[in-house]
Amino acid sequence: MSSSPNSIETLANQEYKWGFVTDIEADAIPRGLNEDVVRLISGKKNEPEWLLNWRLKAYRHWLTMVEPTWANVHYAKIDYQDIIYYAAPKSRKDAPKSLDEIDPELLKTYEKLGIPLKEQELLAGVAVDAVFDSVSVATTFKEKLKGLGIIFCSFSEAVQEHPELVKKYLGSVVPTSDNFFAALNSAVFSDGSFCYVPKGVRCPMELSTYFRINAKDTGQFERTLIVADEGAYVSYLEGCTAPMRDTNQLHAAVVELVALDNAQIKYSTVQNWYPGDKEGKGGIYNFVTKRGACRGVNSKISWTQVETGSAITWKYPSCLLMGDNSVGEFYSVAVTNNYQQADTGTKMIHIGKNTTSTIVSKGISAGHGQNTYRGGVKILKSATGARNYSQCDSMLMGDKCGAHTFPYLEVKNTSSQVEHEASTSKIGEDQIFYCRQRGISTEDAVSMIVHGFCKEVFRELPMEFAVEAQKLLGISLEGSVG
Amino acid sequence: MALLEIKGLEAKVGERQILNGIDLTVNAGEVHAIMGPNGSGKSTLAQVLAGRELYQVTGGQVLYDGKDLLAMPPEDRAREGIFLAFQYPVEIPGVSNMYFLKAALNTVRKHRGLPELDAMDFLNLVREKMKLMEMEQTLLNRPVNTGFSGGEKKRNEIFQMAVLEPRLAILDETDSGLDIDALRTVAGGVNALRSPERSMVVVTHYQRLLNYIVPDFVHVLSEGRIVKSGGKELALQLEESGYAGLGIYDEGEAA
Repeated sequence: MSSSPNSIETLANQEYKWGFVTDIEADAIPRGLNEDVVRLISGKKNEPEWLLNWRLKAYRHWLTMVEPTWANVHYAKIDYQDIIYYAAPKSRKDAPKSLDEIDPELLKTYEKLGIPLKEQELLAGVAVDAVFDSVSVATTFKEKLKGLGIIFCSFSEAVQEHPELVKKYLGSVVPTSDNFFAALNSAVFSDGSFCYVPKGVRCPMELSTYFRINAKDTGQFERTLIVADEGAYVSYLEGCTAPMRDTNQLHAAVVELVALDNAQIKYSTVQNWYPGDKEGKGGIYNFVTKRGACRGVNSKISWTQVETGSAITWKYPSCLLMGDNSVGEFYSVAVTNNYQQADTGTKMIHIGKNTTSTIVSKGISAGHGQNTYRGGVKILKSATGARNYSQCDSMLMGDKCGAHTFPYLEVKNTSSQVEHEASTSKIGEDQIFYCRQRGISTEDAVSMIVHGFCKEVFRELPMEFAVEAQKLLGISLEGSVG
Repeated sequence: MALLEIKGLEAKVGERQILNGIDLTVNAGEVHAIMGPNGSGKSTLAQVLAGRELYQVTGGQVLYDGKDLLAMPPEDRAREGIFLAFQYPVEIPGVSNMYFLKAALNTVRKHRGLPELDAMDFLNLVREKMKLMEMEQTLLNRPVNTGFSGGEKKRNEIFQMAVLEPRLAILDETDSGLDIDALRTVAGGVNALRSPERSMVVVTHYQRLLNYIVPDFVHVLSEGRIVKSGGKELALQLEESGYAGLGIYDEGEAA
């Protein structure tokens, strides 16, 4: 690998390569939001009455709420009446029944994204539910999973086929009134993924959802609900990309996880929404609510996230540790380059006895990027013997970026143990030069240093995701030093 | 043929001119000591040869093995066999010493048209070189220079040099911060690496190091120029009379 200053420049100027737009006829509704729009979305999905009412309740509550301003992010006010709340690729009347029926343009898009959508890529061992704009397009491996009693399908389909499960768990972890963006999502969510793993079943493959925003000026509001019944195990991957647009697009998703007795859910995200250009124009506003409830004894929920994209990230995947001996984990790498802003972290709420939580957060800031870790550890009176360990490291590249840490600890039980460690370091020109003097190119040096910094998080990711995450990180940061 | 030929080299950092026309020829197998008071430009010369971009070359020419050294980026110079033992070795947290060195060795080997070493072969090589430097294996598994003592850092530099087998080694104040035992170990390692194919430029403020690493030539630098050259006895003479004996003063003290 030769590394003349030229190649560094090339890398620095590397474009967001997922920024293509697919020319597909879309079925979109007019801009703006009111009760009729909520009804329209619900109607398009042919939803039962109870769900429409649930949405309307959320919408009415949303109207009474104000957008949160406590996050350490800055953006122009969002005009919620200027967003298109529903856009679906226009397909032949009904939803596609098999891959053959899917618009070849759409399949090409997924090929460009490198998603193993086809059954023939069975070897990859990933079952994918792909959400394009608002509609879930195809779910692979469905039949195979069905044999094990695992339900993995689009949210809309779950509403039709398994209404009892949806009704039982929807909003049970993130209530409609939880926060501004969750309420908005509850009112207008258009699709997403649903997964139920029955008692004692270990899901044999990684389940995966790929989200993509394609249509212009649309918001994407998907909803993911994963339930692991007693003794079940599932590992779930989520990836996301969007085309390059010079306007900001809103992504306000809600993810709910439920783990019953002895169940385990591992949820991994590689978030690569369009971050905007070098001047900070355009990009996705990623305002997401993710929460998991460890309801059963000995249950475990692990969140692993690699956040390289989005203009603004506002996201706190959290765990409610209700069952005795339940375990919550949060591993995060968040990168902000150019004018990206991230305010991310987690909340660990210890309720049950002997509950434990681990937080490992790595923030990398480059360019004018601003990176905030915000974490809450709450140990309730009932949580005898609870333990938490938090580690929060920041890395700075250059002198125009910022790293901020806001850890909140609230301990109400004296038998608990809470540890917090934090560090801030800087990739220096001297480190890069030291590597180069040993024959290692600048780009390899940056990737080596950053990877060393993020190691503890990457090793939590499933293999193929770890490779992708590493590459993404390299691309997001190239040219930041040197 | 000369391995290194420096002709009229001038360099500055920021607005400050530091090198004012250095001429120096180093043939294969020779060890040259560069001495001089603080601020005379010794370390700048070492950094410029290694390609540090902080320094701007304002004049002159450097040929390395007949090639234009100044046109090469630092990593190419390293791959071509130039090794700088840093005065202040840099810490790289999270990257193991072992991993770092393996990456470095393999880029250098690749450049030389040699096959890359796998983990086993690399480990065998490293074990052998570690004996030379009396290094403990635990240092290999720790992050590069992170939390190393001053002596461990310097020893690690020479250990890296032993693994990378450069053609031209530049030692920048390798003796600074070492106690006498550590100095002996480090110098022993350097001497073991002396060979007819390997040249060395040893930058030092004190004569002390040269008792252990005996140079073929000694050059005295003052205000960015070589003002006196000689054999190893020149260093001894300096020990006797100090730089002032040559009419040379530390920058700032100079009249």
